[in-house]
Amino acid sequence: MKLGILVNEGPYTHQASDSAYQFTKAALQKGHEIFRVFFYNDGVNNGTRLTVPPQDDRNLQKAWSELAEKHKLDLVVCIAAAQRRGILDEGEAKRHGKNADNIAPGFRISGLGQLVEAGIVADRLVTFGD
Amino acid sequence: MADVKAAEIDSGVRKKLMFVNRKAPYGTIYALEALEVVLISAAFEQDVSLAFLDDGVYQLMRGQNTAGIGMKNFSPTYRALGDYDVTKLYVEKESLEERGLKSADLMEITYEDEDANFAEKSSVRIVSRSELTDIMAQQDVLLNF
Amino acid sequence: MSTLHTVNKSPFERSAFISALNHLKPGDAVLMIEDGVVGARKASAFADLLAMAAESCSVYVLGPDLAARGMGENDVIEGAKLVDYGGFVDLVTTHRQTQAWL
Repeated sequence: MKLGILVNEGPYTHQASDSAYQFTKAALQKGHEIFRVFFYNDGVNNGTRLTVPPQDDRNLQKAWSELAEKHKLDLVVCIAAAQRRGILDEGEAKRHGKNADNIAPGFRISGLGQLVEAGIVADRLVTFGD
Repeated sequence: MADVKAAEIDSGVRKKLMFVNRKAPYGTIYALEALEVVLISAAFEQDVSLAFLDDGVYQLMRGQNTAGIGMKNFSPTYRALGDYDVTKLYVEKESLEERGLKSADLMEITYEDEDANFAEKSSVRIVSRSELTDIMAQQDVLLNF
Repeated sequence: MSTLHTVNKSPFERSAFISALNHLKPGDAVLMIEDGVVGARKASAFADLLAMAAESCSVYVLGPDLAARGMGENDVIEGAKLVDYGGFVDLVTTHRQTQAWL
């Protein structure tokens, strides 16, 4: 089946991102297609490459980036939510006159239409949040 | 991967999309950011509806005044939903009653029914818990925030 | 086809658990994940409520979340079945839609 995953919380503070990651991994292991993982609300904070979590625990951003690379996943960070919370790619940083960008590898910034599309095109949509 | 335009989605696909709202506004951003998805979804010509239950019913309270908390009052946006062809706002009766609320406490939200000479009708539909359960069971996609 | 309801918060923390149980149709499935697994513990204040739901619906608990919180199969109410993430995926694909009670 084609699955859409919606992640509404950032890393560490809530288990949502971990749960979504474990679910996504399991779904891939079962041979399902992950149509898109959409990060909304504070979920956009999963997409910063500037985290330096303690070495003896999981690195969520790296985990998502590596899963995305291995399976060619489409990790989308909502542009409106990202702007609110300060997650920018190079283009967004330039456009808004910011002196830095911080998007992590494997994530791309795009519009809410990508979430709606996932809802329509995927066979199932699963939400992880607070 | 380029952004897919709404029109590129198979025009034969018309799914029932329901946005489920269960939180009061302003204490968290979920009410506002859910509404932002609803507005975008209008471009995709799907069968979009909203459910308001638990504290979500507070999103539709009339007379919201946010001056004192320094936040933008986004409640007028609900009144514009009719222009986006989103005309089904289901409000759960039991959720209202449990909170001491009546339908008169809610904003008036209307749409023009083009199948009835553009007569103005209420988009707010008060339904019972069991009716809402049935309505939710009929949806294709549920979006929770 | 039926609905899969996920509950990720403890009933002691949030009313989403109760709300989920108030919106079940016979044949639906409830899956408790994250802190929600606390609601499946036998002899808890919510055990009877969950047992009642289990009469007409299937109740599942995410095993890994249970283990993380120091509990196992013997700690949950009778009628609740443990699944792993693979089982979670199967529940999603075998039900018509998933409703997350956050």
